[in-house]
Amino acid sequence: MPKSVIPIGPYHPLQEEPEFFTLTVDGETVVDIDVQVGYNHRGIEKLSERRTFDQSTFVIERICGICSTSHPFAYTRAVEDIIPVEVPERAKYIRTIIAEGERIHSHLLWLGLAGHFLGYNTLYMWVWKLREEILDVMEILSGNRNNYAMFKPGGVRRDIKSEDIPLVIKKIDSIVPTLDRLKKAILDDPVLHARLKGIGILTREDAIDYGALGPTSRASGVAKDVRKDAPYGAYDKVEWDMIVTETGDVFEKVIVRVLEVYESIKIMKTCLLNLPEGEIDLNIKDIPPGEGIGSAEAPRGETFHYVRSDGTNRPARHKVRAPTFMNLPTFKVTVIGETISDATIILAAIDPCYCCTERMAVRNTKGKKIYHGQDLIRLSQEKTEHIKRKMGIK
Amino acid sequence: MLYIVYLIIYGFILTAGLGLIASWIDRKITARIQYRKGPPLLQPLIDIIKLLGKETLIPKGASKTMFILAPVIGFGSVVTVSTLLWANNNNLFSSFLGDIIVVLYLLAIPSLSIMIGGFASGNPLARVGSSREMKLLLGYELPFVLAILVPIIKSGFSLKLAEIIGFQAQNGAVAGYASGILALIVCIFCMQAKLGLVPFDIPEAETEIISGPMVEYSGTGLAIFRLMKNMLLFTLPFFLIVLFLGGLKFNGISILYSVLKYIVLLLIITVIRNTNPRLRIDQAMRFFWGPATVVAVVAVILAVLGK
Repeated sequence: MPKSVIPIGPYHPLQEEPEFFTLTVDGETVVDIDVQVGYNHRGIEKLSERRTFDQSTFVIERICGICSTSHPFAYTRAVEDIIPVEVPERAKYIRTIIAEGERIHSHLLWLGLAGHFLGYNTLYMWVWKLREEILDVMEILSGNRNNYAMFKPGGVRRDIKSEDIPLVIKKIDSIVPTLDRLKKAILDDPVLHARLKGIGILTREDAIDYGALGPTSRASGVAKDVRKDAPYGAYDKVEWDMIVTETGDVFEKVIVRVLEVYESIKIMKTCLLNLPEGEIDLNIKDIPPGEGIGSAEAPRGETFHYVRSDGTNRPARHKVRAPTFMNLPTFKVTVIGETISDATIILAAIDPCYCCTERMAVRNTKGKKIYHGQDLIRLSQEKTEHIKRKMGIK
Repeated sequence: MLYIVYLIIYGFILTAGLGLIASWIDRKITARIQYRKGPPLLQPLIDIIKLLGKETLIPKGASKTMFILAPVIGFGSVVTVSTLLWANNNNLFSSFLGDIIVVLYLLAIPSLSIMIGGFASGNPLARVGSSREMKLLLGYELPFVLAILVPIIKSGFSLKLAEIIGFQAQNGAVAGYASGILALIVCIFCMQAKLGLVPFDIPEAETEIISGPMVEYSGTGLAIFRLMKNMLLFTLPFFLIVLFLGGLKFNGISILYSVLKYIVLLLIITVIRNTNPRLRIDQAMRFFWGPATVVAVVAVILAVLGK
């Protein structure tokens, strides 16, 4: 049978993000995959360099709509690393609470979407209904359902009121029974077992070689988690377990995420109950010249930020590395050899976030010409002229 | 002339109306299961009227004649099947020997028309979807035909739908026997596949191959396919009711009983489609050629033994 090309993207109902996979298939079997991102480059790093350190936090928060706390978390840690300072205890706890709340909602969001990708829309809607509860919790804590705007270099922007805590704990507890039922429904469903077990296996060796991060690597037996390896926030002060499984197929990735939700609930509750008294902000005035790095465990893996200061009130350079950047190349080993049906859920299993990963990529297959900024502007103007001529617009 | 009238009134208008209502019930129940509100009663009809008003695009490189003809062929076969079923159910006019075989053939044509349309569009996604449809058709036809042997054997090797209904009127529904209920269960799964609903919506898998064979259809062509699917949602359960549950009767209190039969089958379809993820094509084939065929064979043996 001749090989044919199945395009997934740039617009595809699989994932509502600008990604493009070229699957070369032989019948139903995928023999090669090419991944292209770069359709939605927003220049966030450059934008951040034109804002003050405080303003940048808001821009950074909008890198990702789902893990909107891990980016500011890593960024503020990078800025604090320049000075260097330690944020007050209470601020650390509040940051941890927000980060874990985000992890719960992100994992639930993924779980629902995974159901949708498998055509299991009931699961999708049920999980997303459950997710509403945790979004309510975040609204009580931060005033926002998403993009919490809680972080600033040197502390947090908003305190958690002590009268809110009992209500929040009650709400968090209320999701556990439903979550138990869903967990049972997912882990005991024979059709889900048939669909997810043994497909898209990322071996331990491959996970290490490709530098996979987060649940993707933990499902493959690589115990890698910034929260344990280099504890930040209040993670070293609370008891919690890292979920690691062995085989690395899609089913294990589901298990890791479901069980991590329980751990996050545990961390969130412990932090809320043991919230120390004190300041929440250091009121940092000036950032000295220097460099700093910061990382945070996003729901998808380690988010890494590098910030350089030249002594002004703006970052001189800001570099972002989202976890999907590391997880994306693993498709080469997980997707090839599987069928098209499985390819879609395998592509979704790393919980990809392409918009966060977007970066400028100039592809030039003819000759060795390298484009610079001015060339790109000229090219874009020429293209506009060309389109205008084609459409007959003067 | 009379035949034409029956074709239009029963085969098309009545079946389409009931099919659209069935589609609404299915969508509404699905929505309620998923904590959503669901569409208003006329939504399926509005969808089709809207599509009829849209432009029909024919992709470059498509085989034009087949691309346009495919929905018409599928739609025509569903109308014919519905007419035959209604005619036998209501004893409108005398049917002919072997009409059950004609119905079986005609019921395979909607799948074929989807396949032809997909291949004619020339889209790679449609091609994958069409080849999946073909595999699925090969998968479910075997247990389906085997299961349908049961009512034929029960009614004394009759190949006339009217005689099967007549047999059931005297001796009770075929589903009342052990062999009948087994065959009905097999048929319900095959029906799910014929309707292209989860877990057998593999040819149209929206998140994999963007509704597969339908991907290039727009406007009138899509509207006809949609109407065809909605009509099948009535016709296929109707066929099973005729074969296994004694047909639909419309005199006095048995109207309620008839509606109940249909609604129960529709509910089973909806519940199956809302409590399962999509299977892979090889798993679906294994299911139909494995357990489904075994159960169908057991049902046939039981039927021969008179159970």
